[in-house]
Amino acid sequence: MAARTLIQFPATARRGEVVQVRVTIAHPMESGFRPGMDGRPLPRDILRRFACRYNGETVFSAELHPAIAANPYFAFHLVADQGGTLEFEWQGDHGFAQVERRPIQVA
Amino acid sequence: MRRARAAVLALLAASAWAAPGDARRSGFEDMGASTQAMQREDAMNPAMLWAAEGEQLWGRAPSASSRSCAGCHGEPAALRGVAARYPAWDEALARPVDLNTRINLCRQRHQGQPAWPAEHEQLLSLETLVGLQSRGMPVAPRPDPRMAPHAARGEALFRQRMGQLELSCAQCHEERAGGRLAGSPIPQGHATGYPIYRLEWQGMGSLWRRVRGCMAGVRAEPFAAGSVEFTQLEAYLANRAAGMAVETPGVRP
Amino acid sequence: MASGSTPRRRLLLQAGAAAAAQVLVRPAAAQEPPALAALVAQFAGPQKVREERVKLEIAQLVDNGNVVPMRVTVDSPMTADDHVTEIAVYNEKNPQREVARFQVGPRSGKADVSTRIRLATSQQLVALARMNDGTVWAHKVDVIVVLAACIEEAKP
Repeated sequence: MAARTLIQFPATARRGEVVQVRVTIAHPMESGFRPGMDGRPLPRDILRRFACRYNGETVFSAELHPAIAANPYFAFHLVADQGGTLEFEWQGDHGFAQVERRPIQVA
Repeated sequence: MRRARAAVLALLAASAWAAPGDARRSGFEDMGASTQAMQREDAMNPAMLWAAEGEQLWGRAPSASSRSCAGCHGEPAALRGVAARYPAWDEALARPVDLNTRINLCRQRHQGQPAWPAEHEQLLSLETLVGLQSRGMPVAPRPDPRMAPHAARGEALFRQRMGQLELSCAQCHEERAGGRLAGSPIPQGHATGYPIYRLEWQGMGSLWRRVRGCMAGVRAEPFAAGSVEFTQLEAYLANRAAGMAVETPGVRP
Repeated sequence: MASGSTPRRRLLLQAGAAAAAQVLVRPAAAQEPPALAALVAQFAGPQKVREERVKLEIAQLVDNGNVVPMRVTVDSPMTADDHVTEIAVYNEKNPQREVARFQVGPRSGKADVSTRIRLATSQQLVALARMNDGTVWAHKVDVIVVLAACIEEAKP
């Protein structure tokens, strides 16, 4: 079952405009340092990588560590040069993999 | 509709959550600027993950033989103003109920489903969705004579010393609001943003979860979720915050 | 607190401190993590680290160490000839030094990245930026983290 995501960026942009993209994904980012009810640390379960591809080309990527807060949020920028698809990919522990796609229109 | 709401919210964000001259302060004012920014913008508010889930649940019938929420209520926007007047009287139970109890009653009475336990993720999602429909509106409990003795009892509970530490809600949230407890600011404790995304929880929770934390903090036996006692306290808090803007879904430290 | 009996206040603070001590449990087998300076040196390699052009924006006094909004901006035209290639953020006192590493480029338009991080305690953070010409720039910030007063156990 896919994790909930929030993805926001201008649906249409002017050619050459620098736009901000903001994404959130629901994920506990269990650090591996937090004690459970028995006092022993809960096992690590985090997202490790995030990438945004614009018409197939990576325009932003991140390597993540347990210091990233739960329900990870990223805001970054890209130059809107042509219409097409933004693809967002998250990868993490225990084989976590999720891809979301959104259209972007450039006038 | 969305643009109008955005405009109203922008105005609200610029002003205080209570009218000028009102001595009441939302806990929003006690937060740092970056936490405030998280609440102010939907694209930055993690609670919107739950609101989005709520929208999905709203349109989905829980079983083949039952209706979805939409089947009776139509669009979520039809519930505009509802959260702002809760807790409210329930005829069948002849007692006040809070919003998540009401959602569970709907599930049981109209969908033939068992009630969700307290803090169930789907219950929180629907509570967030319904609360969101009242965002920006004033907290407005209906003047209902049947509620009055319950709200009065709620005020008594608010002022009653509890637990091993023998502290009342009022001692912190009325007498010492604006002060600090172990480095954290003490808010006035107006429950205008629930359910909230609490940074301490790294997740979503209802007013009951927050009050449970306070009561455990003074080493008192917390009120049971959905109990008459807890709902009475909630009814008092709604009267106490009447006129302040609903902030649901709020972000709090 | 303005007034109130001292024994009660002490109990509350002790309860908070005891609970705070339980917030982080380092696995027994873990080694002491390297000092922050070592990670900075490793990122920079032979390059000199200049404390300019990079701005790490973060609250000086955080509301809660579990979720701390953070923004890194780098003064760069982000053209094909002159741009940031990566941004790394390290901390001083968490169980692990690394926070995140971001890859950007000319298609970013702006070197302006935000996220939310966890801070175990008051400490220093460093944001480093590497340019396409190999130069390394940085900004160091000290952050104060106050622990929540009433810590509850994990949600049942």
